[in-house]
Amino acid sequence: MKEEGSEHNLFTARKISRRKWLLGGAATAAVVMVQTSLGKMVQAAVPESIVPPLTDSTSVKEALIVADPTKVPGRTPSVSGMPSPYEKVERLPTLTSSRTPLQDLYGTITPSALHFERHHGGIPDIDPAKYELVIHGMVDKPLVFSLADLKRFPSVTKTCFIECSGNYRSGKEEMSPQEICGLTSQSEWTGVMLSTLFREVGVRDKASWFLAEGGDASVMTRSIPVSKGWDDAMIAYAQNGEAVRPEQGYPARLLLPGWEGNTSVKWLRRIELSDAPFMTREETSKYTESVKGGMIRQFSFVMDARSIITFPSFPTQLERGWVEIRGIAWTGRGKIIRVEVSVDDGRSWVNAELQGPVLDKAHTAFRYLWKWEGKETEIMSRAIDETGYVQPSYQELAAARESKGGYHFNPVVRWRIPRSGKVVLST
Amino acid sequence: MYKRILINRYVVALLFFVISAVVIIVTTINRSRSKHPDKFGIGRAAKPEEIAALDIDVRPDGKGLPAGTGRSAAGKLIYEAKCIACHGNGEKTETPLLGEALFLNEVPGAEGASNGVVASSEKAAFAKASSEVKASGNAKASSKGKASAKKSSGEKGDRSSKTIGTYWPYATTIFDYVRRAMPYNAPGSLSNQEVYDLTAYLLYRNHIISENTIVTEQSLPQIVMPSKKKFVEDDRKGGAELR
Ligand code: HEC
Repeated sequence: MKEEGSEHNLFTARKISRRKWLLGGAATAAVVMVQTSLGKMVQAAVPESIVPPLTDSTSVKEALIVADPTKVPGRTPSVSGMPSPYEKVERLPTLTSSRTPLQDLYGTITPSALHFERHHGGIPDIDPAKYELVIHGMVDKPLVFSLADLKRFPSVTKTCFIECSGNYRSGKEEMSPQEICGLTSQSEWTGVMLSTLFREVGVRDKASWFLAEGGDASVMTRSIPVSKGWDDAMIAYAQNGEAVRPEQGYPARLLLPGWEGNTSVKWLRRIELSDAPFMTREETSKYTESVKGGMIRQFSFVMDARSIITFPSFPTQLERGWVEIRGIAWTGRGKIIRVEVSVDDGRSWVNAELQGPVLDKAHTAFRYLWKWEGKETEIMSRAIDETGYVQPSYQELAAARESKGGYHFNPVVRWRIPRSGKVVLST
Repeated sequence: MYKRILINRYVVALLFFVISAVVIIVTTINRSRSKHPDKFGIGRAAKPEEIAALDIDVRPDGKGLPAGTGRSAAGKLIYEAKCIACHGNGEKTETPLLGEALFLNEVPGAEGASNGVVASSEKAAFAKASSEVKASGNAKASSKGKASAKKSSGEKGDRSSKTIGTYWPYATTIFDYVRRAMPYNAPGSLSNQEVYDLTAYLLYRNHIISENTIVTEQSLPQIVMPSKKKFVEDDRKGGAELR
């Protein structure tokens, strides 16, 4: 019965394709647009061959399989592309955040659609025509910039990671890199240097901090030392070649390379220069961590070096033989100079190969070729950055902080590979 | 003769070379300078009223606080109407709150709560505030929490023990945050009067001030929060040492 049913699906799918083919490519594309998109251009890109069975995922694949692509003209060009319908790579959302599927990505750029999200009052809809950024406080000339104004200034492009400082979870074996530390992502950002705007408004010498404020429902605020503004802070309006995504701060956000994600205030609407920090809720009640002696550490801006093996990881089913261990390493203090991998429970460490060019404050891909003979073991990686900082083990970090977790927790992640090859997080 | 002419030719060529090099260097410097002017003349002047409409931040020194007085009795009514659904009433709940607990009836980490006392110099401000509105009482610290003072607040991911009284280093942050972001479902909807009253109520429920203490723009920045002394600045600098 089941076979008959799928045969019927194949038959109709093929028939429809054929009819469309007879109508000609352009006409087919137009039909698809009218029928399925309701004016949405993105949906117009739905491949012709998968249109009929879109409601049923098995027949989507079957329709593609039966059509010998060398015997049927392919679909026509579209206004905007989509990932292959075979690919199911997704973020993992909760009410306030959404995690990047690190284990499913290649290279170091996070596709914009998969960049992690964290917001405190939802994603606002901001009309770019009405967008304004006000810079005032301890400046010679308070100014208002429109989005078009920001784009008129000399532009810069920088590839760097943004990581939420609360980015370590553990506690059970069935956890993927996405669940453990999926609040880090990397994009190529384009915008204007904040220092350019600082000169434009004439930041006074006495100004030592600035407040960055978002135009979302949480009216997010963080105090930032002015020195970061003169150093490498940017106002970014583009991400991976297109406008910044709404979840990432459309139409413009602050970008503080290497610093905890929360400080790169999204939907930036105001910057106020000041001679003291403002002690906002996000830098007192949140984004502070307990450290040695029962103290609470504040203004811990820089993200320390970190790495994770993304393959093999949970939920990989590992095969015996050659394995290319893959992962990413990053540091907010400059460049990664070395990543060490252990395949023997942490007894010995070997250098992994780094994929160049190694960029400043950026996810850096590493690889290590290993032959798994089928013996139970634990594999792990540790990052070393240009300051000589070595990513600590969980025990080392917990002892140094006298704490078991919280913000800025970046321990080595260990994957246990049992004889079955079913990789799990070592707990 | 011949030689001299030759030398002269070399000298001339050298001079020509040096001069043109200087010209090239000077023009490139000038050009790169003109590429990066100090100011581009982009953007328009911000009007004072424009800035005033946006500038809602409140600093710990009180800069940005509007004039006003807050009473916890009034704050209690507002809290019960607009906040309690998400933040609870200080009870330990099984089901997680939509917002988190802002105060607890049983204070888990009120260690050092004596520091919640308003320092003597600040008593003046309170006295002034109190006399202004004929209110009784001075800021009073809780001594109740002392018995269970063992556990350090906010530690080990124990979210429930992180409250305003056990974790927040500045009282002004309450005013700033509640005014800008709460209630979550209607942010920015509270009047300054409501925010003042709520601030007084939250300070009272956290045992930072007494029930009858009035909060004003002068007294709020003077309040010393119990956890302030625990806050240290980041001392990590990279390198081998783990912090
Ligand atoms: C609809 C639910 C809801 C209501 C109603 C609400 N809040 Fe909140 N509140 C939240 C949430 C959610 C957060 C955390 C926001 C975030 O993720 O940053 C929060 C955070 C807070 C915080 C910061 C807590 C901390 O420890 O950092 C304070 C203070 C606060 N609210 C006060 C109030 C007050 C006062 C009211 C009443 C006027 C109120 N809230 C009404 C949901 C609510």
